[in-house]
Amino acid sequence: MLNHLYLIPAIPFAGFFVLALTGRRLSNASIAFVGVGSVGMCALLSASTAIEFMTNPPAGRVFTQTLWTWMEVGSFAPTISFSLDALSLVMILVVTIVGFFILLYSSEFMQDEDGYSRFFAFMNLFVGSMLTLVLADNLLLLYVGWEGVGLCSYLLIGFWYRDAANGQAARKAFIVTRIGDTSMALGLLLLFTHLGTLNIHDLMQSAQNQWASGSPTAVLAAALLLGGALGKSAQLPLQVWLPDAMAGPTPVSALIHAATMVTAGVYLIARTHVIFTLAPAVQSAVAVIGAATLVIAGLSALAQKDIKRVLAYSTISQIGYMFLALGVGAWSAAIFHLMTHAFFKALLFLGAGVVILAQSHEHDMFKMGGLWKRLPITFWTFLVGAASLSALPLVTAGFYSKDLILWHAWSSPAGSKSLWAAGLLGAFITSIYAFRMVFITFLGEGKREVSHKPGLRMAVPLLILGLLSIIGGFVELPGPPGTLPQFSTLLRNVLPEASVEHPGAGTELILQAVASLASIAGIFIAYLLFVRRPLYAEFLSKIPGGSTLWSFWFSGWGFDQLYDMLFVRPFVWLTQINRDDFIDAGYAAIARLNRAAYSLLSKTQTGNIRWYAMGIAVGAVVLLAIVVF
Amino acid sequence: MIASVPMEHCLIFAAVLFALGLAGVIVRRNIVFMLMGVEVMLNAVGVAFVVAGARWGQVDGQVMFIFILTMAAAEVSVGLALVLQLYHRFRTLDADAASRMRG
Amino acid sequence: MNLFFYISAFVAAVSTFMVITRTNAVHALLYLIVSLLAVAFIFFSLGAPFVAALEVIIYAGAIMVLFVFVIMMLNLGAQAAEQESQWLSPGTWIGPSILTVVLAAELIYLFVADQARTSAAGVVGPRQIGFALFGPYVLGVELASMLLLAGLIGAYHLGRPHKH
Repeated sequence: MLNHLYLIPAIPFAGFFVLALTGRRLSNASIAFVGVGSVGMCALLSASTAIEFMTNPPAGRVFTQTLWTWMEVGSFAPTISFSLDALSLVMILVVTIVGFFILLYSSEFMQDEDGYSRFFAFMNLFVGSMLTLVLADNLLLLYVGWEGVGLCSYLLIGFWYRDAANGQAARKAFIVTRIGDTSMALGLLLLFTHLGTLNIHDLMQSAQNQWASGSPTAVLAAALLLGGALGKSAQLPLQVWLPDAMAGPTPVSALIHAATMVTAGVYLIARTHVIFTLAPAVQSAVAVIGAATLVIAGLSALAQKDIKRVLAYSTISQIGYMFLALGVGAWSAAIFHLMTHAFFKALLFLGAGVVILAQSHEHDMFKMGGLWKRLPITFWTFLVGAASLSALPLVTAGFYSKDLILWHAWSSPAGSKSLWAAGLLGAFITSIYAFRMVFITFLGEGKREVSHKPGLRMAVPLLILGLLSIIGGFVELPGPPGTLPQFSTLLRNVLPEASVEHPGAGTELILQAVASLASIAGIFIAYLLFVRRPLYAEFLSKIPGGSTLWSFWFSGWGFDQLYDMLFVRPFVWLTQINRDDFIDAGYAAIARLNRAAYSLLSKTQTGNIRWYAMGIAVGAVVLLAIVVF
Repeated sequence: MIASVPMEHCLIFAAVLFALGLAGVIVRRNIVFMLMGVEVMLNAVGVAFVVAGARWGQVDGQVMFIFILTMAAAEVSVGLALVLQLYHRFRTLDADAASRMRG
Repeated sequence: MNLFFYISAFVAAVSTFMVITRTNAVHALLYLIVSLLAVAFIFFSLGAPFVAALEVIIYAGAIMVLFVFVIMMLNLGAQAAEQESQWLSPGTWIGPSILTVVLAAELIYLFVADQARTSAAGVVGPRQIGFALFGPYVLGVELASMLLLAGLIGAYHLGRPHKH
């Protein structure tokens, strides 16, 4: 079974080709069959591969399958090869299973759209690229997958291309992630020139052997790779593209911008963790960026009106948690949170999609209400998702993963109390905005009629993801009551265990209690503000200090305006100055010169006989003169 | 009985005739006058040939002159026929009138 | 004999000058005939009687007469002469005069270098010319006859009145 590893990325690519070539002529049912079926087959393959991997692990717990050599230039001979270890196993399970359910959901969600086959073709291309990314054995192939997911993100954000605003959002996403991609490419070049290989395993070995901790090259390489991760995962300062990326269809937001592509940065850092451990300055930068982002994005989410934008900022914030975990050395905790986040965030997005569809494409939460009676399945699953997001204690998966991160933020040698405090504040804010979203959208007075109830293909994914959002955390139960660290055990060959500095017996329990309190308090405040006294919340947002704060948070802390002033305006000004393109003027001048010479010469053809006779005479005189003198 | 003139004088004479003919071709606007100038030029060339033949006492100069004469005859007949056509078409003998090949 | 040569040369040059400066076509033609006759005399004085005769018969006799016929046929009136004098303002003479003077000067410069004299080898009569024409130059003679044929046909075709 492990020999069929290459099929896992190959099948979605095949699905993409089939749909790209023949999609227009197929019926919606066939398109859905090909599009959803390919990812479904992948999911099954991944599951069986996982079973085989866990029951009968290969030597060294790594399985590599080389397909062919891409090119051979001197000593540079990258291969197309996939390697499966515990980390990539977790990732392919998450991508294929969540992807399958999202695609199943979108087969009904998108059924009235024109570009049905185009949608599934791009989604398949995306899943294929993402699987390539996580299964890649060398950084070059990883970069191929990286670029592929970036391309699909652009194509799918701008899916409804007839509206120019969607195209602009797609371009913004592509350009901002491009900045990160360039940084990453420079990092790859640096790694190759210094260590001579891009094969991940060899790279980690030679980095460890050759670079001392804190050496400048290691710091530079880590910083460049971090730049790439920041772009893809939408962290400070490159987070501006994700809220605008909500212009794409909701399943796209669910798959790409919640569960998979944005986690590619986290995956990258986890994969190359050796380099980050060799550059402690960069690692603490990761933690600080994560902490800052999660607070900033959380506060921004609190002030949003569009339900998808709340979820977008929430995604940015939760990835901040993952970065925080990576920064303090809790590698497997970050991946654990990645997994649970994929479940509940996809669930929340799919639920939001149902609501949007039911309210005839209305995105503003304040124009919705009273939906809990009319969309019961959606309401309960959405509630479960929001609870998991808020890390409701003990019953949700989110609790276990977020709590683990907070514990490591406190207790790891690279962690600090302030990082823990930021994480706690973030958890508090998270539950406020999550339940604000639930209360405003589902409770209260109904303002609009429900126009489209979800069918089976939309309900089943919601239910399954809801289930996973609850039980998904039970693979990594911390300390008391029962230590069941299945997850980190699985990953321990790949990701080292995070060391714990002050393992006070009761400390962990106290911290858990504090975290639970924070999340429950947040839910309670949301209840007070948005159910009992909604007018008070409005009052708070209108008072002089409150309204500036509110609009500041609403604009995402003004980053768009800042970048517009710093980068966009000078660039546009430069292009306006060079509107006539002085370089092109040189080439145009050559053409003009030719034309001028032509018109000059054509004046000598007067058609006048005497003129020509004069010409002959002059010529004769000149020639004779040359001969004579 | 034959004049023994320095050859350069004869050739200078031929050159002067040729220059006068050329001036006639360039200055005059009437086609018939231009043709006359061409005849003068041909004649001057013939003079040059005959003089050269006389210098060596050989017959070739005169033979060349006969050929030139023949050619001039043929040229004049065709040329004057063309002049007639030109007059018929443009109603004028102005050489500048036939400038459709300008540009 | 030398004197005759120089006098005829002078006459030829003067009458050629008159040819190119007349406004009346017939006047110009008559001057041209005078010039040709003077040149014929030059030929005679250089010991080439046959070509002298040919010059008179063919050039002055046939070609110039052809010119006269065409001019008569064109029937240009007095206003043509008017126009000619308009076209021949002194200003138009300057450029070409300079050009031709320069050309003549160059040619003269070239010719002065040579110091030969015309030989007194005697008169070259028609007999020798005949032998040359039917001997080494027979091909030229054939070609000349073809040229004349072509000229004949061309002149006939072009001279026909075409109905437009």
